[in-house]
Amino acid sequence: MDEILEILEKDARATPEDIAKMLKKKPQKIKEAIKKFEKEGIILKYKAVINKELIKDTNAEVRALIEVNIMPQKDVGFDKIAERIYSFPEVASCYLISGTYDLLLIVEGKDLHTVSKFVAEKLAPLENIRGTVTHFLLKKYKEDGVILKHKEENKRIAISY
Amino acid sequence: MQKPKIVSQKVHEMQPSGIRAFFDLVLGMEDVISLGVGEPDFVTPWQIREAGIYSLEEGFTSYTSNKGLYKLRLSVSRYLKNRYGLQYSPDEEILITVGVSEAFDLALRAIINPGDKILIPSPCYVSYGPLVELAGGIPVYIDSKKDAFKLTPKSLEEHIDKKCKALILNYPTNPTGVSYTKKELEGIKNVLLKYKLLCISDEIYGDLTYDFEHTPFPTLSGVKNSTIYLNGFSKSYAMTGWRVGFVCGPKEIIAAMTKIHQYTIMCVSITSQMAACEALQTGRESVEEMKREYKRRRELIVDGLNRLGLSCMKPQGAFYAFPSIKKTGLDCLEFAQRLLKEEKVAVVPGTAFGAEYRDYVRISYASSLENLKEALNRIAVFLKRR
Repeated sequence: MDEILEILEKDARATPEDIAKMLKKKPQKIKEAIKKFEKEGIILKYKAVINKELIKDTNAEVRALIEVNIMPQKDVGFDKIAERIYSFPEVASCYLISGTYDLLLIVEGKDLHTVSKFVAEKLAPLENIRGTVTHFLLKKYKEDGVILKHKEENKRIAISY
Repeated sequence: MQKPKIVSQKVHEMQPSGIRAFFDLVLGMEDVISLGVGEPDFVTPWQIREAGIYSLEEGFTSYTSNKGLYKLRLSVSRYLKNRYGLQYSPDEEILITVGVSEAFDLALRAIINPGDKILIPSPCYVSYGPLVELAGGIPVYIDSKKDAFKLTPKSLEEHIDKKCKALILNYPTNPTGVSYTKKELEGIKNVLLKYKLLCISDEIYGDLTYDFEHTPFPTLSGVKNSTIYLNGFSKSYAMTGWRVGFVCGPKEIIAAMTKIHQYTIMCVSITSQMAACEALQTGRESVEEMKREYKRRRELIVDGLNRLGLSCMKPQGAFYAFPSIKKTGLDCLEFAQRLLKEEKVAVVPGTAFGAEYRDYVRISYASSLENLKEALNRIAVFLKRR
């Protein structure tokens, strides 16, 4: 992977100027490279990783993993039905996978009821869907490579040879 | 000097570090950004930690052979062969030690007769001189300041006399980050061969070499049988607290070192040895990733220091920069104390590494980019006030 991407994947706020220093290149060159990544859709978006469990007085959010069994359609295979499913804003992620079922969804809602209702009323009745299995997430430990706990304490002694 | 009553004369005469009080000051303060740390800011990669935990679960809690687990010596032997084409027999030419620190002490005690001189390029790691003295030798420092902190064949030759027994090399170097190309090492090698001197080569930072391939000293032709090669897991695999390293050399010297090791240490902790096996088997990718990260930080910190007028040559390895603070007009200890008190940034005064480096401080960039940037900002504020 390009080193610019490696840096941005760790810290999306790294400025072109800092990246330029780190890689010994001109800031202009870095800016151009980033523009190109954005244009090609390699960099899709910049966002913060938020530990929502620490936010008080906000509506807790419920997430569920949903296994979906599908009857593939002629000519378009899974893609068409996948598009119908991932277009719902409730669907945060959607993957086609190998194994005993076909699509894996991550669905978000403000409570159990909302998610259940989405599955029962929107998802399950879609034609070509043979069945769904819903798993509600109980606790998040790690997400996208980030361990969700309070900031690591420094364990090194402050000065050593 | 008055004769001490309890402590031995030799230990009594050892110079206490002049900056101990400064260290205590740092340790007593909160919210300090420390650029004074001599170890990686990464934790040991998980699969290595896991191997340590698993070995405990499996009940590996006993002594190992004095030389270290055969499995680990074999892994070390294969690693050196594959990576550098270096051949050391796991039976007779490799010893597992409590970090390079122990290996270094053993090497000195194994070769020094009272009054032997040991050549040490300086500035250098703090333990070299005192350990030479404890082993009964006389340290001869070779100041490398005028040669951009590199030992040259000429300055080496100028310091050699009949009492000299060995040269200590450490590259990449703590505290300067300087390293040597193969060509430069050849020059040093030729002088050692000419005067039949041994070389103790501390290459603990070898994996963290950024601008060229690291050349282990014993790979040079003609010196394998007169070189004691020291390496370990602390810096490259972020395993400082595990205390595990190794030494390779001619069997006569390894046998001598093993004699001392078996009486003083017995063997290295088995948990650490098991973890080290895992490091050699699966840790390579983590090393490369950490190296890339250090390299990027190096560019940022060297650029930052030079912009601030703290002139700093570009280190080729390790994770240290050694800028000159001459233009501030402050002595290094005063500089470090004021920077700590006024801006809460800790650096190590240059005199820790030799009395003549009062115009320098050691800055460790084994710290997050965020910390490095903030530290540079604070140093800028500090300098503006002068």
